[in-house]
Amino acid sequence: MKLKGAQIMLKALKEEGVDTIFGYPGGVVIDIYDELAISDIRHVLVRQEACAVHAADGYARAGGRVGVCLVTSGPGATNTVTGIASSYMDSIPVVIFTGQVPTHLIGNDAFQEVDTVGITRPVTKHNYLVKRTEDLAGTIKEAFYLASSGRPGPVLVDIPKDVSVGVADYKPSKKAKLKSYNPTYNPNVKQLQKVVELIKNAKKPVIFAGGGVILSGAAKELTELARKTQTPTTTSLMGLGGFPATDPLWLGMIGMHGTYRANMSTGECDLLMGIGVRFDDRVTGRIDAFAPHAKIVHIDIDPTSIRKNIPVTAPVVGDCKTTLSKLNQLLNKEKLGDLKKKRKKWFDQIAKWKNTAPLAYEQKKGVIKPQFVVEKLYELTKGEAIITTEVGQNQMWAAQYYHFDKPNHFITSGGLGCMGFGLPAAIGAQLACPDALVVDVAGDGSIQMNIQEMATAAQCNLPVKVVILNNGYLGMVRQWQQLFFDKRYAETCLDFAPDFVKLAEAYGAVGLRATKPEEVEPILKKGLFSKETVIMDFQVEKEECVYPMVPAGAAVTEMLLT
Amino acid sequence: MMEEKHIFSILVDNEPGVLSRIAGLFSGRGFNIESLCVAETTDPEVSRITLVTTGNPPMIEQIEKQLNKLINVIKVHDLTGTEFVQREMALIKVVAKPDHRAEILRTVDIFRCKVVDVGRDHYTIEVTGDEGKINAILSLLKPIGIKEIARTGIIALFRDPK
Repeated sequence: MKLKGAQIMLKALKEEGVDTIFGYPGGVVIDIYDELAISDIRHVLVRQEACAVHAADGYARAGGRVGVCLVTSGPGATNTVTGIASSYMDSIPVVIFTGQVPTHLIGNDAFQEVDTVGITRPVTKHNYLVKRTEDLAGTIKEAFYLASSGRPGPVLVDIPKDVSVGVADYKPSKKAKLKSYNPTYNPNVKQLQKVVELIKNAKKPVIFAGGGVILSGAAKELTELARKTQTPTTTSLMGLGGFPATDPLWLGMIGMHGTYRANMSTGECDLLMGIGVRFDDRVTGRIDAFAPHAKIVHIDIDPTSIRKNIPVTAPVVGDCKTTLSKLNQLLNKEKLGDLKKKRKKWFDQIAKWKNTAPLAYEQKKGVIKPQFVVEKLYELTKGEAIITTEVGQNQMWAAQYYHFDKPNHFITSGGLGCMGFGLPAAIGAQLACPDALVVDVAGDGSIQMNIQEMATAAQCNLPVKVVILNNGYLGMVRQWQQLFFDKRYAETCLDFAPDFVKLAEAYGAVGLRATKPEEVEPILKKGLFSKETVIMDFQVEKEECVYPMVPAGAAVTEMLLT
Repeated sequence: MMEEKHIFSILVDNEPGVLSRIAGLFSGRGFNIESLCVAETTDPEVSRITLVTTGNPPMIEQIEKQLNKLINVIKVHDLTGTEFVQREMALIKVVAKPDHRAEILRTVDIFRCKVVDVGRDHYTIEVTGDEGKINAILSLLKPIGIKEIARTGIIALFRDPK
């Protein structure tokens, strides 16, 4: 069957089960948009191309499938770079289609031409420039396979105009097979046996889980492992929800703004099991002081993650879900004894740390504390909302005070730390889960990075909720300036801010504001349970800091507590 | 930790952009490329890259893993520590004044090189061998005066069991 490139593309997308595309049209993708107009694939028109990728990212995380974007060449493609980099750092499966000038103009500095494949090479898992219409279907097949298998990540497909206009035979492609790509899902059993021995001999073990657990859908297996072996468990920011925060074994988050007990536990433990993590610097603090007494197990699907940052006693390359379920099976054959009793001293120590410095803040009369807003949000949503965040203090307070019991409910730009992520990601998450309550916890700085996406949300009638913790500052940088730069608040004061209530209304959304603590609950109730897009502006304590805090370059056990 | 020199022999898809993925990996992650040789193999779809790099053991381990992670990389061999043959070629344009010519030709003879071009006041010498041999002849010719030099960088292959 002879078909136009644009038609082939849409057929190939249907084969991959794509029902939603986030994008923005332009000259060289006009033929693809023309086909899209008569297709039953839903197109969501974002207002800036980076947001197409952020939205696809949120869609992928909340929905557990590949997110898809489509943008034009030149500025369309360059705008996506921030979004792609964020998805790359967090290993999120996204396929990005960019238009390109016709093949005969490539290299001529044509109008809206950039070397998209060259620019995005370091921030994609892989990328393609399709040179012939005949190659389009096969390339799309490969792109989806690469994006979603192994350690997931963004894959970009650059399509010159003549390729989408050209005609070729179309037959559905067979399963993609790449001779040089073969991720290891099944762990080495010998290595796992070693892990079993380490677990049996450990007196003070800790599990440290990360985004890999969420990505491979291993939350259940992780919980089983922790309970079976009575191992206190912490996660990275990316791993929140991978282990129930209401479980007695939960230590809270680890790292720069981790809980006192999670960070102290890693300092004292004799076995640290890193599962689906990459020992990022925000987790480890000063590397030579990280888990100094511990033997380290590291389970990850990406061999490059292992021994990249820290030496490992027992490396295991494998998919988290497969590996943990095998490990659990092996442990079932062992006589572990009464671990609760055996580890009593360890549990007592952890309880002591918990009492020494629990996560807390001081209430002040007449002033809204940002942590209080997140606590109330948690209470009112019974912990069941999908929370996206921007980046900075808002992100850390959301991570600390919203307690996640389930995976895929916390969506944040962890690795890249990309302000402006939360609102478009919330749009994506809402489209993936139409019945879920989706809340973007934002700051007054971050929200202004991509505020234009209010139009997208309103246009699609998405009941996304934005909770702005409005302190009139770029709060996290201000906090650093307060602590380490003698309070010289260089360029972090947002003296001039729009009226967010009026701004919401201008976008056809609902705007609400709270200025006193007693208004927090009624405003949240009114906003959260509305069927419309809502911005809630909470005017919070201006100079509140996120604690605990591990100063840059300090050991993770050297925390500032107040 | 001790820095060591390693020779990687890498089979890759023979398609545009692959070299830039490898070069980008090295520059992006702060690894070092000392020399690099690329050419097609007997299979026109596959190229062999011979790459020489220096680093401490964890860094060398990362380099090998990161290379393997690239989708277009088919196979990575770290030849260092194994039995292998290596060769490099250099073209050396050396100043050849009348009273130096005999000495140059003698050196060429000793090193079993070839003079491949002769000018009024220069010889161009082709030398093949391992790095040490090339460095040795260079140090002998340097006092006479080297005008220009082009080196290929190392190519290497595993020695099959005899």
